[in-house]
Amino acid sequence: MTYLAKPKFHHPDLPKNSLGFTHRDYEGTVSTLCAGCGHDSITASIIQACFELAIDPHRVAKISGIGCSSKTPTYFLGNSHGFNSVHGRMPSVLTGANLANRDLIYLGVSGDGDSASIGFGQFAHCLRRGVNMVYIVENNGVYGLTKGQFSATADRGSKSKRGFINTDNSIDLVAMALQLGASFVARSFSGDKQQLVPIITAAIAHKGAAFIDVISPCVAFNNHAGSTKSFDFVREHNEAVNRLDYMSSRMPIEVKYEPGTVEVVEQHDGSKLTLRKLAADYELHDRRAALGFLQHHAAKGQIVTGLLYVEHESEDLHAHLHTIERPLNALSEKELCPGQAALDKINASLR
Amino acid sequence: MPTATPISRVNDFVVRFANVNGSGSASANEMFARAILRMGVPVSPRNIFPSNIQGLPTWYEVRVSEQSHLGARGGTDLMVAMNPQTFDKDIAGIEPGGYLLYDSTKPLPASKFRADITVIGVPLTAICNREYSDPRQRQLFKNIIYVGVLTALLDMDVKLVEQLIGEQYKGKDKGKDKLIEPNIKALQIGRDYATLNLDCPIGLRLKKTDKVGNRIFIEGNSAAALGAVYGGATVCAWYPITPSSSLADAFTRHCAKLRVDPETKQAKYAIIQAEDELASIGMVIGAGWNGARAFTATSGPGISLMQEFIGLAYFAEIPAVIFDVQRAGPSTGMPTRTQQCDVISCAYASHGDTKHVLLFPEDPAEAFDFSALSFDLADRLQTPIFVMLDLDIGMNHRLSRPLAWDDARQYDRGKVMTTEQLEAGKEFGRYLDVDGDGIAYRTYPGTHPTKGSFFTRGTSRDRYAKYTEEGAPYVDNMQRLIRKFDTAKDLIPRPLQANAEKPTKYGVIYYGSTAPAMDEAIAMIEARGHAVDRMRVRAFPFHSSVNSFVAGHDFTFVVEQNRDAQLRSLVVNECGIDPVRLVPINHYDGTPITARFIAKAIGDHLDALKIKPLKVVS
Repeated sequence: MTYLAKPKFHHPDLPKNSLGFTHRDYEGTVSTLCAGCGHDSITASIIQACFELAIDPHRVAKISGIGCSSKTPTYFLGNSHGFNSVHGRMPSVLTGANLANRDLIYLGVSGDGDSASIGFGQFAHCLRRGVNMVYIVENNGVYGLTKGQFSATADRGSKSKRGFINTDNSIDLVAMALQLGASFVARSFSGDKQQLVPIITAAIAHKGAAFIDVISPCVAFNNHAGSTKSFDFVREHNEAVNRLDYMSSRMPIEVKYEPGTVEVVEQHDGSKLTLRKLAADYELHDRRAALGFLQHHAAKGQIVTGLLYVEHESEDLHAHLHTIERPLNALSEKELCPGQAALDKINASLR
Repeated sequence: MPTATPISRVNDFVVRFANVNGSGSASANEMFARAILRMGVPVSPRNIFPSNIQGLPTWYEVRVSEQSHLGARGGTDLMVAMNPQTFDKDIAGIEPGGYLLYDSTKPLPASKFRADITVIGVPLTAICNREYSDPRQRQLFKNIIYVGVLTALLDMDVKLVEQLIGEQYKGKDKGKDKLIEPNIKALQIGRDYATLNLDCPIGLRLKKTDKVGNRIFIEGNSAAALGAVYGGATVCAWYPITPSSSLADAFTRHCAKLRVDPETKQAKYAIIQAEDELASIGMVIGAGWNGARAFTATSGPGISLMQEFIGLAYFAEIPAVIFDVQRAGPSTGMPTRTQQCDVISCAYASHGDTKHVLLFPEDPAEAFDFSALSFDLADRLQTPIFVMLDLDIGMNHRLSRPLAWDDARQYDRGKVMTTEQLEAGKEFGRYLDVDGDGIAYRTYPGTHPTKGSFFTRGTSRDRYAKYTEEGAPYVDNMQRLIRKFDTAKDLIPRPLQANAEKPTKYGVIYYGSTAPAMDEAIAMIEARGHAVDRMRVRAFPFHSSVNSFVAGHDFTFVVEQNRDAQLRSLVVNECGIDPVRLVPINHYDGTPITARFIAKAIGDHLDALKIKPLKVVS
C-alpha cells in the first residue's frame, strides 16, 4: 500500500553521490502498481537520474494528475513535496507552482489518458509557454485504473483487451510536443533504463519545457494479441488470466539494443514492441526534420525513441515574463505593497 | 405645452442616453458625468451595454443626486434619444413631465411622441453634415455636440467640460493635442444652437455645490485589482470573460506602474492569460500551494468550469482567491447584464460536502479592502476565498471613499512552518489541528532536506497526510474542516446593522451592489410611513448576528438580484431559520436593482399588513 514506508536502514557501503546521499535517499514509499508495471521502471530511472545528478531531494516539486502514472510520485523522492492534482490538470498546477518559485526543479508526471485525452489542452499550452520543467508521460495506450479502455494514444485498428477495435486516430504526443515548441523532446521505453536514465538526466538539466514520452506497457490491460503496443496481433488468444501469474515477479522488464538497429522485444507475457534506435547522423536540432523522421517511421509501424530534439538557446516562461530572479513566494510586504503614499497619488488621479 | 407639469428639480434627476454601440458615445457621455462631478454634485453612471462591439443598442444612465443616492433610482427624467432602433421604447420610459432630447433632422410624426413630456428637437445630423465632411467626424462630433446642448439645457458650467476635454485629449494624436480644439468647437456648436433656438435652461438644473468631497470616481474591478496589488498578489491567471476581464487588465496596468523593480526593470509579479478557466484556477492553486499569493478573475460560467479544482483546493487546503464578477445566468444568460446569481454555486462549489468563504463588497472602496483582505484570509484559512463582485460594481464608475492603506499592516501568511521550526524539532502533521481552530500548519515545498515534506492530494488522508480510505480519519478530517469554517466566521467582515429611528418588527437583509439602492429605498419606505431595520451582510459564513437579527424581527425581507433568493436559501440552510420568517424580494431582469423597486416591494408588503377587515364577523 502507498502508505507503507520502505525500511530506512541500508547497507553502509552503498555508493554515495557528491552530496553524500545514497540511492535510497531518493526513494519513496513502496509501489502499489501491478508487478512488472513499466511505470515502476520509470520511477527507478527517475531515482537513478536524481541520484546521479546529486540533486537535493527536497528541491524537487513533483506534480501529477490522476491515473496509474500519476500515483508514481509517491514512489520516488520521499523528501520532496508532491502534488497529486486533478485529472489532466497537472500542467496548470505545475505552471502556477513554477511561477511562485522558480528555484525548484519541477517534475510533472502524467499518463496518456491524463495528457492526450482529458488534459490535451493543458499539455499543449504548458509546452507552448515554455515552462521550465520535465514533463514525463508514462504512455501505455490504455486506461489502467478503470480497467482497459483505449486512451487517445492507442493506434487506430488496435484491439482492446475486451475485444473492441479502436477506430479513432491516435495522438502522437512527441509530434505534438515538437510542433508546440517544446525545447527538449524525447521518447523512450520503460524497459530500457540505459536509454531512459540519461534522457531524464538531460531533461532535468535542460532549461525550458522538456517533454519525454515513455512507452510503458501495461501488463494488466494492454499485453494481448491485437494491441499495437504488443505487436503480437498474430497471436490467436488472449492470455490475460494466465498473464496474472507472471505478475508475481517484481523484476522490471529490460531490453538492450545497439544503435541503428530495429529490434522486436518480446516481453515476459508475449507482447511485442518494435524499437528503433536513432541513426548516428540524426540531426538533434531540427524540429521539422525530427517530425518528418518520426512520421516516416511511424508509417512503417516503428516507434522512434531517443532524444529527438533539443533547442540550443532555450528560454523559459520566467524569461518571457521578465520576472525577478528571486522567487515570487519569497517577496515581503515591503517589496510588494506600494503603501499609502502611492495610494494618495492614485486617489488624486481619480478625482 | 405638455399635459403633465414639467419636472422641476435641481441636482436630483436621471439622464439617460440611448446610443448605438460603437458610435463613440461612451467617452462623450462619461465626460458629461464627470463634468457634473466637477460641479461638486454626486453622480452615479451606469453603462447598460450589449454583448456586441458595434451596432446594437446601448444606454448610459447618469443618476444625479446631491444627497448621494448612488444606486439606480428607476425611471428617466431626461432622455437623450440617439438610437432610432429603440426610440419608441426610450420615449415610453420617460417620467410624466420629463424631457426628450432627439435628433430632429428628419421630421417625425406627432404620434411618435408623448403629450405629457417636453420634446426638444435639435437637428444634430444636419449640423454635423454642415460642419464636417468626414463621415467618422460627423458621427463622433455629434456626441460632443449633444453634450454641448445639454450644458445649456441643464445650466452647466461649460468651462468644466472644456477642461475635461483638455485632460482627455492631452498628448493624444501623437502628442500634438490636435483633438482638443475641434472637440471644444463641437461643444460650442451644440451650446450655441441650444442658447439661440431652445428654451434654456429646462426644469432640470445643475447647481454647483460641494457634496463630492474627497471621494474618488473608480470602477470596482480596478479597485479590486489595486487591492490585489496591495494585498501582495504575485500570480494572476485568468481567462477573458465579461464582466471580469477589466479586473485582470487593471491588475496588469497597476503592476506595470507599481510592481516593477526600478533598477532591474524586472517584474515582481507574473500574469498568465490561460487557455481556459480550468487552467487559470489550476495555476492559482499551484502557486498558492507553493507559497505565492495568487488569484483569478472570472464570472459565472468560469465558476462552473472551475468546480473540480475548487473542491481540490477546499479538501487539500490550498489558499486561492477567486474574484467572481457576476453576470446574468444561467448558461451564457445575459453576459453584459448584472445579477447576484452565483451565490449558491460559489458557497457550495464542487462535488461532495464543500463550503466556501464569500465576501460581498458594496462598492469600489470595499472591493479594494476585501480584495486585499482576501489574500490574508486565504493564507490564514488555507482555502479558496471568493470575492463576489458583479457587473454593476465592477464595470461602472462609482463615487467611493478614497482608498486607504495602513503602512504598518503586515500580511497574515497564516500557519506556515519554517525551516528553523522544523530543525528545532517542532512536530509537523499537515492536517494536524494543533490549535483547535481547525487550521493545521503547512510547509512550502523546498523548505527542509528531511523534514516537513508531504504529499498533497484530493484523496482522503490522515492527519499526517498519509493516504487512507478508512472511515474514521476521513470523518475526523471532515469535522476539522467544519471547525475551520466556524473559525472563519470571526475572521471575515461582520454584517453592518442600522436600526430605524423607531422600534419596528420588520427587518431587511441585503448585500453587495444592492446597497446604494437600499439607502434611497429606505428613505422612500420611511416616506410611506413604514420603518425597517436593516442589515448588510458582508460575508459568508454568516456571523451569529444574522441569526439574532432575524430572531429579533417578526419577519425579515431578503433583497437580492437573482430569481431563486439564493442568499435567503443560505440563511435558511446555515442558520436553521424557519423560511416563513424570510420574505424574498428578488430583482433579476439584468438591470441594476432600483430604489423604487425595493421601496415598492417592501412598502406594498407592509401596507398589506395594515389592512383591517371591513367588517368583523361575529
